[in-house]
Amino acid sequence: MTEKPISRRMLIAGAAAAAGGVLLTNLPAEAQQKAAAVPPPVVPADPTKVPGAPTTAVGSRSPFVNPQRAPVGEITGTALSPLQDFTGTITPSDLHFTRIHAGIPTIDPAKHTLLVHGLVDRPIEFSVEDLKRFPAVTRTHFIECSGNGRAAYRTPKPAMTPQQVDGMTSNSEWTGVPIMTLLNEAGVKKEAKWFLAEGGDACLLSRSVPMTKARDDALIVYAQNGEPLRPEQGFPIRLLLPGYEGNMNVKWLRRIKLGTDPFMTRWETSKYTDPLPGEKIRMFSFEMDAKSIITSPSYPQKLSGPGWWPVSGIAWSGRGRIQRVDISTNGGKTWVEAELLSPLTPKVHTRFQYMWQWDGNESMLMSRAVDDTGYVQPTMAQLEAVRGPGTDYHFNSIRAWRVARDGTVTFEAAT
Amino acid sequence: MTYATTVRLALAAAVAALVATTGCRLDARDDYLGDKDPKQFNLGHTASPAEIAAVNIDVSPDGAGLPAGSGTPEQGAAVFAGACASCHGANGEGKPPAYPQLIGGPKTFDFASDYKIPRTIGNYWPYATTLYDYIRRAMPLTAPGSLTSEQTYAVTAYLLQREGIIPANTTLDAKALAAIQMPAKSHFVLDDRRGSIGGKNVR
Repeated sequence: MTEKPISRRMLIAGAAAAAGGVLLTNLPAEAQQKAAAVPPPVVPADPTKVPGAPTTAVGSRSPFVNPQRAPVGEITGTALSPLQDFTGTITPSDLHFTRIHAGIPTIDPAKHTLLVHGLVDRPIEFSVEDLKRFPAVTRTHFIECSGNGRAAYRTPKPAMTPQQVDGMTSNSEWTGVPIMTLLNEAGVKKEAKWFLAEGGDACLLSRSVPMTKARDDALIVYAQNGEPLRPEQGFPIRLLLPGYEGNMNVKWLRRIKLGTDPFMTRWETSKYTDPLPGEKIRMFSFEMDAKSIITSPSYPQKLSGPGWWPVSGIAWSGRGRIQRVDISTNGGKTWVEAELLSPLTPKVHTRFQYMWQWDGNESMLMSRAVDDTGYVQPTMAQLEAVRGPGTDYHFNSIRAWRVARDGTVTFEAAT
Repeated sequence: MTYATTVRLALAAAVAALVATTGCRLDARDDYLGDKDPKQFNLGHTASPAEIAAVNIDVSPDGAGLPAGSGTPEQGAAVFAGACASCHGANGEGKPPAYPQLIGGPKTFDFASDYKIPRTIGNYWPYATTLYDYIRRAMPLTAPGSLTSEQTYAVTAYLLQREGIIPANTTLDAKALAAIQMPAKSHFVLDDRRGSIGGKNVR
């Protein structure tokens, strides 16, 4: 691992990464010690009195800014996105969350192919260059792992950052080809109702997708935020199913096979299914329901005193546009409508903001998303009542932050 | 480019952006092809049977895709000890969360009552064919694709036998594997959240 200069303002997650990907427990003190040991960036007394640095081939962040994912350091696992460090809606590509099941493969784009076969008139193999010759579309969409929020549900702690609570959602501008463009090329047979999407990683991750999604808004993308996909995001190509759970957006895509029925892969049967009361297990729960989280104020911030504070965060829905975000500062007793700062397109992170005049008393901040289907983000009590305490995946309950009189902010799981 | 042209283009772009963000259509490709695009572009090449066969490895619940060959639980015990036990434990108890418990879960389906209830092949896998498909795709983690068809049948048979789903004297082949009814199958239900569209139902 290359050691990079680390600023004094280094984030907690960065400390975890530097410490070798240990679990994020009781980190503030450790993080502070670690950060204190790193020399601060060299800054001239007056930057207007000395020439600055020359241009560079590749840009880098200010030495005062050092956002970090929180990788677990295994070939199966996650790297959580530092939601608290973002403004606006686009996730910087190098900070997009990552979930991998058998490591990040190194793939030569000149050798990579996409096979489209099964219930088609003519099976076709496309090179990556072939795909780039089709008419392209560019769309902005979030991807959220359906396991996002599991730790905050099962093992909540007051000392959890937005990254630790919900760091498995990210938002990018994607460029690629509608999957129907490719399927039309091959000729879809009438009886095709599902397709298998298979990745070219070391577990050949595969998921079944209904053809209705192909005809709706499914894409095969090769670019993210203006440049080729990052390796951990599926270079050279990935499937993008806007609003569907992250696992289905198969990375390193190598094969599309059309069939009459779902293929019942491991990732849609023994994983990514939701236990329900009555000895039931829900499968094919594809859409990510509406959800939101306040990213500031949040742990480990400390408000310096009463006065005006922006309450800012992101809201998203896998079923459409965010219609409204409500904010409560008193634990859900009363709600006020937040301002929505970004274009209200479907299936994106939408930035919200509410200017809050803190009176210095203990407060409980909450956000509640409403999407254009009318769905209202539920409380944890509502969700648990319907799904049972053993619920798994799709943890979209309201998130809360407790603000103490001294200005410290901590995560509150029970809503 | 004249100044006026620049302004007109900028205005057009602004209007287009406004339509894109407020209108119903994100772009002109509502049928995925522009009005002037051909229906087909004739890119890529027709895949040969050999090219398809090289990657066509999925196995369906009806057994489609299963190769020739067979294996027994006894043979599978040896495969498991050599290729699987180092991560999943000598008795398939696993090292969660990275290496899941495979077998020996409780005989319950009330997973909604407690997330700590181990989900294993016997209580949470609806199709036996998925075992073969997954092992062939992904296992063992450090050398995926290294097991032969015979070894894959054998280790699948071993796991099913340890879960009490098939008897020890079973010889598992394509036909036998597809015929297995898994205990968990009847507990799987389709997503019923779709009805919540337009409503406020929590699901």
